[in-house]
Amino acid sequence: MRTRRLTTTSTRMPPESVNPTLSWNVARDLGEVLEYHFMINALLAGSIVAVMAGLVGWVMVLRRQAFAGHTLSMMAFPGASGAALVGVPAAWGYFAFCGAGALAIGRFSGRGPGSPSEQGARIGAVQAAALALGFLFVSLYGGVLGDLESLLFGNILAISDGQVLALAAVALAVLAALCTLARPLLFASVDPEVASARGVRVSRLSGGFLLLLGAAVAATSQITGPLLVFALLVAPPAAAQLITARPAVSLVLTVLLGLLIVWLGMGIAYYSVYPAGFFISAIAFAVYLLARVSVALQGRRAGARAAEARTLEALA
Amino acid sequence: MLSHEFMRNALLAGSFVALACGVCGWFVVLRGQVFAGDALSHVAFPGALAAAAAGIDQRVGLFVATVAVGAGIGLLGRGVLVARGGGAGGSTPADDTAIGIVFTFILGLGLFFLTLFSIGSAGGAGIQAAHTLFGSIFGLGAGEARLAAVIGFAIVVLVVLIGRPLMFATLAPDVAAARGVPTRLLGVGFLALVGVVAAEATQAVGALLLLGLLAAPAAAAHRLTGDPLAGIALAGLLAVLSMVVGLVLAYTVPWLPPSTAVIAVAIAIYGLSALRS
Repeated sequence: MRTRRLTTTSTRMPPESVNPTLSWNVARDLGEVLEYHFMINALLAGSIVAVMAGLVGWVMVLRRQAFAGHTLSMMAFPGASGAALVGVPAAWGYFAFCGAGALAIGRFSGRGPGSPSEQGARIGAVQAAALALGFLFVSLYGGVLGDLESLLFGNILAISDGQVLALAAVALAVLAALCTLARPLLFASVDPEVASARGVRVSRLSGGFLLLLGAAVAATSQITGPLLVFALLVAPPAAAQLITARPAVSLVLTVLLGLLIVWLGMGIAYYSVYPAGFFISAIAFAVYLLARVSVALQGRRAGARAAEARTLEALA
Repeated sequence: MLSHEFMRNALLAGSFVALACGVCGWFVVLRGQVFAGDALSHVAFPGALAAAAAGIDQRVGLFVATVAVGAGIGLLGRGVLVARGGGAGGSTPADDTAIGIVFTFILGLGLFFLTLFSIGSAGGAGIQAAHTLFGSIFGLGAGEARLAAVIGFAIVVLVVLIGRPLMFATLAPDVAAARGVPTRLLGVGFLALVGVVAAEATQAVGALLLLGLLAAPAAAAHRLTGDPLAGIALAGLLAVLSMVVGLVLAYTVPWLPPSTAVIAVAIAIYGLSALRS
């Protein structure tokens, strides 16, 4: 937190670009945006995170684990405050607590009666415990913990070269693990009973996936902040899965949508006084809404066509 | 201990808010809507900020935001309960995705208002107010505590009034609908009620306490008894117990913040119930 606090106050916009204005010359504007090193870092980090969060999120949405994902994102609070208390970089705390949270959720939801309502309560209990721990750390730390805004919503314009490299490493590791697990994981997600009868270790896979999710969430929260992780983790895959049922197409679509959301959001934020997190989450919401509306319209059209066919059949 | 006014206020407000959380929580857990309840506790923050940016009383924004989002989630979830694979049921899981996206957008709006607010002439005073909004339970005034107690009690009465049809609509939605129970209205109304609980809990005892008090005592009660009446009473009782024991603990141990203590007791009770069954 300490290093972040030093950087956050000054880096929303560098002094020389206090009033960037949009012209009709797109190439010139792009060139202007890319002149700044902090902007290149932000775009690189945002793109890395968009790809990783999209792919991991795709599996998460398929497995209906949005609540678990959200609970893992809340681990950033005890993570950041615990790191401040011990005096290590906040990112370490993020990863440590996301990992511990993933283990806790996996452990508690692996046993006992598996009704969805019971599992929700257990995940809720894990989240409450994490928040309480974070609160304890803050009060033990005694000081003010950075500024509220960047703790909650991240600061994408303050990404260092080292952070970009670290994010790339984490993303590579997570995606490699996801690729090796992909086949049994998809099998276990779509039909757990058959998978376990075929000898797939469903509960171990589920725990492993939660760990991957934890790593992805910890990396994403450094960009969007813990509160807006879902903009990249849930919105692109949810929209893609609404639009197409074919896995390969929807995976590609997820990545494309994620990149689109991040680039558009940061591009608009560059020309605005409002922070990137707001635009990223608003565009993500719009993408999901568009997907939902278009699917609903298609469904209505298909329904109308079917009704027409039935009428014709009845007439014939 | 009771000679301190702040302690009396905390115990009064805390007990009633906890009672409301426990009783509502029993239904929340039964209906598999813990995530919805959690989302409501986060929505309180943008609501208050929006009100601050608009220059009206933050409590108005708080209640409007949580109740509106609660009703919205209720409307979004077509037929809240869809029993999957013969299980006891849960919210249709696709709804979780929708809830997640909607509340992320609303939190994004919160960020927007936060910026709008810091750019505006009002400056830091409003952010200060937003901070104190999520204030500590030991900082309640006598009037606030009494108001919190009244709202908490009213919520419990309302839940008890709609308890029977709500139970019916939760466990056998199709049969209930066929018998003329307005299941959809009940679902929306219930989440709006949880929204009121969220708003009240947020400003009286802090947003942190809400999820723990909503989920843990109720989950413990569900584990300990299958009887609805006993379960509801037990959930309320355990929540109040967590609150009172937690507050006393926080009073005696100087470095322990009250919300941490309350949640710790609630989680411990839940852990014990898990061991027993």
